[in-house]
Amino acid sequence: MSETTTAHHPALQHQFTDLRQQKEAVTLGMWVFIAQEVLFFGGLFAAYAVYRSMYPAAFSAGSHHLSWKIGFANTLVLIGSSLTMAMAVHFAAIGMKRRVVGFLLATVLLGSVFLGVKYFEYGDKIRPCLGDGPYTGCLVPGERFDAAALHLEGAEGGHAQIYFSLYFGMTGLHALHMIIGIPIILGIAFLAGRGAYSPEYHSPVELVGLYWHFVDIIWIFLFPLLYLIGAH
Amino acid sequence: MSEHHVVPLKVYLGVFLALCVLTVVTVAVTGYDFGPFNLIVALGVAITKATLVVLYFMHARYSPKLTGVVIASSIAFFVILVFLTLTDYVSRPWPLTAAG
Repeated sequence: MSETTTAHHPALQHQFTDLRQQKEAVTLGMWVFIAQEVLFFGGLFAAYAVYRSMYPAAFSAGSHHLSWKIGFANTLVLIGSSLTMAMAVHFAAIGMKRRVVGFLLATVLLGSVFLGVKYFEYGDKIRPCLGDGPYTGCLVPGERFDAAALHLEGAEGGHAQIYFSLYFGMTGLHALHMIIGIPIILGIAFLAGRGAYSPEYHSPVELVGLYWHFVDIIWIFLFPLLYLIGAH
Repeated sequence: MSEHHVVPLKVYLGVFLALCVLTVVTVAVTGYDFGPFNLIVALGVAITKATLVVLYFMHARYSPKLTGVVIASSIAFFVILVFLTLTDYVSRPWPLTAAG
């Protein structure tokens, strides 16, 4: 037993035998949290599946109104941020502090680019709904929703509002996860810069990495389901 | 698995390139109409991408078996949620009417 050395590691919490056991426990805890997150998003995916199966034409019309080019570019940005996050974890495991900080900051930068693009995407749909009208191009579900912009009329226009409700709900919950993740990454980058982590102990870097990759996976599904319905 | 399993950078770059290529594929296939298979193709590509992220970026491939159990149960409950909801909806008249 190497308790005499590991038991005195400042990061070792007293309920664990050694750092290895602590690392396995906290990593498992993060995976359980992610499993819960899958079901958190799952409700929205289930609603999407039900309504898309009921109203395929309105979903296709709504989807065609989104710019797949913007969605495509943002997908690459987010995948890129997952790569920089994986690199940060890699360098944390071999104790290269400056690179950990650099790649964490790169991840924050790419995540911010993604959110910035999302801001403009939302703006294009929300701006026409403001003011006194005529609300041409308004795509926020509600009284001001402009079904004509999607070449829909009657009940189909209402069905398209369901599509846009799910669009804002799903991408909004995804964006909220990124907005929560970015300050956490910044905090961990700050601690990494102060030398808080080592090859023996860098679980916070690994766990925020798991979270970020999970958020990436959600987008991997949202992109084709929201932007790429039907033949283009 | 070993305590200090460090994945070579080459693996990360390879996974990143594969994810980029698959993103191009998922857009490119929308140029063709496979009818009802459009959704299956799109989901197939997305599941492949997600699997790569889980196995390599999230280190599931190098993690204890218990991690695999959590991942599998997570997927299983997600499938129950979506699949059983759909069996209910597609087997009932729609739209639902107030007359019942």
